[in-house]
Amino acid sequence: MTSMLTYTFKNLPNTSKWALQFFVRPLSCSSQLRAAPATQTKSKKTLAKPNIRNVVVVDGVRIPFLLSGTSYKDLMPHDLARAALSGLLTRTNVPKDVVDYIIFGTVIQEVKTSNVAREAALGAGFSDKTPAHTVTMACISANQAMTTGIGLIASGQCDVVVAGGVELMSDVPIRHSRKMRKMMLELNKAKTLGQRLSLISKFRLNFLSPELPAVAEFSTSETMGHSADRLAAAFAVSRLDQDEYALRSHSLAKKAQDEGLLSDVVPFKVPGRETVTKDNGIRPSSLEQMAKLKPAFIKPYGTVTAANSSFLTDGASAMLIMAEEKALALGYKPKAYLRDFVYVSQDPKDQLLLGPTYATPKVLEKAGLTMNDIDAFEFHEAFSGQILANFKAMDSDWFAQNYMGRKTKVGSPPLEKFNNWGGSLSLGHPFGATGCRLVMAAANRLRKEGGQYGLVAACAAGGQGHAMIVEAYPK
Amino acid sequence: MVASRAIGSLSRATASRMRRCPGYICRNFSGSSALRTRTHINYGVKGDVAVVRINSPNSKVNTLNKELQSEFMEVMNEIWASDQVRSAVLISSKPGCFIAGADINMLASCKTSEEVTQISREGQRTFEKLEKSPKPIVAAISGACLGGGLEVGVPAAFDMMLTGRNIRADRAKKMGLVDQLVDPLGPGLKPAEERTIEYLEEVAVTFAKGLSDKKISIKRDRGLVDTFSFTELMSYAMSIPFVRQQIYKKVEEKVRKQTKGLYPAPLKIIDAVKTGIEQGNEAGYLSESQKFGELAMTRESKALMGLYHGQVLCKKNKFGTPQKEAKHLAILGAGLMGAGIAQVSVDKGLRTILKDATLAGLGRGQQQVFKGLNDKVKKKALTSFERDSIFSNLTGQLDYQGFEKADMVIEAVFEDLSLKHRVLKEVEAVIPDHCVFASNTSALPINEIAAVSKRPEKVIGMHYFSPVDKMQLLEIITTDKTSKDTTASAVAVGLKQGKVIIVVKDGPGFYTTRCLAPMMSEVLRILQEGVEPKKLDSLTTSFGFPVGAATLVDEVGVDVAKHVSEDLGKAFGERFGGGSVELLKQMVSRGFLGRKSGKGFYIYQEGVKNKNVNSDMDGILASLKVPPKSEVSSDEDIQYRLVTRFVNEAVMCLQEGILATPTEGDIGAVFGLGFPPCLGGPFRFVDLYGAQKVVDRLRRYEAAYGKQFTPCQLLIDHANSPNKKFYQ
Repeated sequence: MTSMLTYTFKNLPNTSKWALQFFVRPLSCSSQLRAAPATQTKSKKTLAKPNIRNVVVVDGVRIPFLLSGTSYKDLMPHDLARAALSGLLTRTNVPKDVVDYIIFGTVIQEVKTSNVAREAALGAGFSDKTPAHTVTMACISANQAMTTGIGLIASGQCDVVVAGGVELMSDVPIRHSRKMRKMMLELNKAKTLGQRLSLISKFRLNFLSPELPAVAEFSTSETMGHSADRLAAAFAVSRLDQDEYALRSHSLAKKAQDEGLLSDVVPFKVPGRETVTKDNGIRPSSLEQMAKLKPAFIKPYGTVTAANSSFLTDGASAMLIMAEEKALALGYKPKAYLRDFVYVSQDPKDQLLLGPTYATPKVLEKAGLTMNDIDAFEFHEAFSGQILANFKAMDSDWFAQNYMGRKTKVGSPPLEKFNNWGGSLSLGHPFGATGCRLVMAAANRLRKEGGQYGLVAACAAGGQGHAMIVEAYPK
Repeated sequence: MVASRAIGSLSRATASRMRRCPGYICRNFSGSSALRTRTHINYGVKGDVAVVRINSPNSKVNTLNKELQSEFMEVMNEIWASDQVRSAVLISSKPGCFIAGADINMLASCKTSEEVTQISREGQRTFEKLEKSPKPIVAAISGACLGGGLEVGVPAAFDMMLTGRNIRADRAKKMGLVDQLVDPLGPGLKPAEERTIEYLEEVAVTFAKGLSDKKISIKRDRGLVDTFSFTELMSYAMSIPFVRQQIYKKVEEKVRKQTKGLYPAPLKIIDAVKTGIEQGNEAGYLSESQKFGELAMTRESKALMGLYHGQVLCKKNKFGTPQKEAKHLAILGAGLMGAGIAQVSVDKGLRTILKDATLAGLGRGQQQVFKGLNDKVKKKALTSFERDSIFSNLTGQLDYQGFEKADMVIEAVFEDLSLKHRVLKEVEAVIPDHCVFASNTSALPINEIAAVSKRPEKVIGMHYFSPVDKMQLLEIITTDKTSKDTTASAVAVGLKQGKVIIVVKDGPGFYTTRCLAPMMSEVLRILQEGVEPKKLDSLTTSFGFPVGAATLVDEVGVDVAKHVSEDLGKAFGERFGGGSVELLKQMVSRGFLGRKSGKGFYIYQEGVKNKNVNSDMDGILASLKVPPKSEVSSDEDIQYRLVTRFVNEAVMCLQEGILATPTEGDIGAVFGLGFPPCLGGPFRFVDLYGAQKVVDRLRRYEAAYGKQFTPCQLLIDHANSPNKKFYQ
């Protein structure tokens, strides 16, 4: 903005009507912006709706998010979920018997604990009378857990719900090949020795080649990183921009960690190991270092690298959400209201990671807010290139008109309000658990930095997306 | 130094991607040093990389014509001379097309082979200069890159010389034709195609820079010798003349076998390559361009160019845009034809109902559609997900539910008039007013089917050819009552299904079946005269038919052939005489229905490639044997007896107005019936062979056999005035 101003001033000597117009416009614009924080009035005082119960977050916690293959590598997913749940119990002191329901999100499922919510709840000391179920929706699984809880509370079915998410990328189910499994199952059924022998005689060595969980989109067979690289190219996001954004994420996360702002983190004493107290993926580097990396997906000319992508992460999060009157009756001071939310989906090939672009204007419209009303943005950072592509898409009238059926763009979020305490690039991204982290970051930032409305948004595999408005609970 | 790289952009649907984007073409390039405006080529300099953009005006594709070539050389000379430029990128400004090959009109306008040779020489010099370029050149290719276009992109693309093939980008990379692939991008801040080309250019410029800065190097084997020999041992072997001779012989044999010696081009290419290897490149190039010049003047070349133009014409809807676009189809009968039609429809995104009378029949049809799609998955032309999503366009059912939404119903039930009447009445009770009723029949006159219709203006014939997903032709039959909008709608659906379309008037056998029937009658006669089915097959294929005549009867189905020859025999009388239908009747009564029943003239077994003659036929053939007439029974006469009857009937169709144009007649015969493509179709054949010679032959056969060989009036007219041609 300043550079624009100086530029117009320089041109003033040879003034024409044209130049004058140019001059006036940026000035008036900037004055409006500068005045904004002082006199800003929100489009709406609150998002409470008549005849609908207010849903609040009492508090939320997460165990430290770790690079996969580090301290959590010998655990099982429900161990992490259990740690998050017991952390929540300690933090909130909620009486176990008031919890009506528990919902967890997860993506790569451990087959032994496919309903990981139930296994973790039992182990964390919740009442065995509290039912639990597990949901999955790729990177927005925890968001789905929360919104399912919101639905249960708003519809009056429950008063108190625990929602969370867990992911353990250190261990993923690697299966026998289909041929091997088929043979083993048939062997199980075979009755006579002859039958068994004839089955075994069909065995071939290639039966032993294992089946890894797919890292690619099932519908298109394209890996997410490849799609992100194409997306960045489609929106002409440069390698340097991506590296700069990643560096910003790491620097902000480091600062937040050092200043103790990441208050949702609870320590976790890992059995047989040290107590883990903080996220270990925050590594601010230099642009020169980052520039040295080779592209990870589109070789040799792509722009997405290990340094500007989120890394494979182990972690779990949990949140206590209640009907407002219940929370007050139990003597709690809630942190935030959970307000309007939307889910969107689009082409899983070329728009795989554009969820936030589609979800943001929709949720704002639903809530009756504008971008200016939002004080804290918390977007899931899958890739630097993805975030920057979303910014460009949100800032493009052409895209809004041609792909979203909207008259105008929604505008890109101001960077000074955006992911101020780091994001998935630096803090880590345990697929199933990130949603709760985003909401807690928004709620905690609103309390700390002031402001009323937070906007949470995320993209997910399958070309889906989600956004939710978080409203600060009045102090 | 081999300094050319190609970057291909992976694109499956090139045809649908061709679109002009004026916004992009008019873009300004800062730092561009275009010296003067050119029509086909412009170029700008980015840093030290020259970006050469090819964009033929007023055309969907770029073709190598004289102007483009001379402008291109101008530009390249400037680039080679310029000190600022250290490398160059060649790119097309047309999304989905790099260079589609030589301009066919340019070749057609040449009067002599010397002219063509001259053009070819110039082209070669261009390619040679490109190959020897002192500055690295990167060709950034998006979409179609054919013939000469490929040579611009990849100067040493010798391994593609023989067969005209479509190569997908990832295959091309494996074959070593291209070095890098760029995946197409999705939408960003501008349309996807536009941005993809820009991105391709950006990547290509980076590569060009890298090459001239020597940061990137290429390790690649090129050239014919390397293509044929994968090991050093082999390339040593190639240096021994005797081994080389053996290899030439082998290749020639193979080509002769594939072309039956009917297409001169491949052999001449081999000759040219041989000259190149034996006497050096210069001699090879010279011989190549001379042979190219000779080839351009051949009958085959004229015939094939004619077919090309005809096909372009038959891919247009001359009846205009239908009032209502057909989006919902319903197909009656899930047999071979019905399911085939369903497959080509769902493939193009048409919502399609497939209705059959029985669950078993329906299941068979659904399986056929699924298998057709799944085979594409196996060939990696589709992903399994795309297959599923395409397959979801198909609804299988036994009742008329949902027909109230249908825009067009295509019936493909058994060829029985009363059955067709019944379904027409049933369907008309449930379909909306605008819905077109199309009948897929090969011989039943449409006006007889339409006789029971409440709205005959909405009834039309759509004659598909089996197998529907492979055969390109669709014959659309209009009655006097069929409205223009109904025709427009049928043509639109056919085009959507990817068909080449001819529109003909109603009449027994329409056009295609009517031309085939007299030829089939002659086939029976020839068999009755004691010619072995295998011998007959080899006579017909060596004339240029893709399928032998006896095999063709088996493929069509003996029962169908019997039906048709009885029906048409009744309608046309003596002219369709010759062989005895009794032969077909006896075959049907013995259950020899052709391929579908496992036995016909041949025996068909799953997994057995070389089919054997059905020895049970000997008895039948013996009982119906007639003595051959020795004066018209030479191999050549047998071939011409078949072809002249075909041609005579085709001309008769034009004379009677069944056909609107000779072009449609040629396209229908070649694409639907396998009339030898090297002859260009019956009408082109008469033009090139000479009407007088055709009439002479017919007269000779007429003298021996009678009226079935009487030449029709239009043919006689053409014979009498040698200036008269079907193609002026």
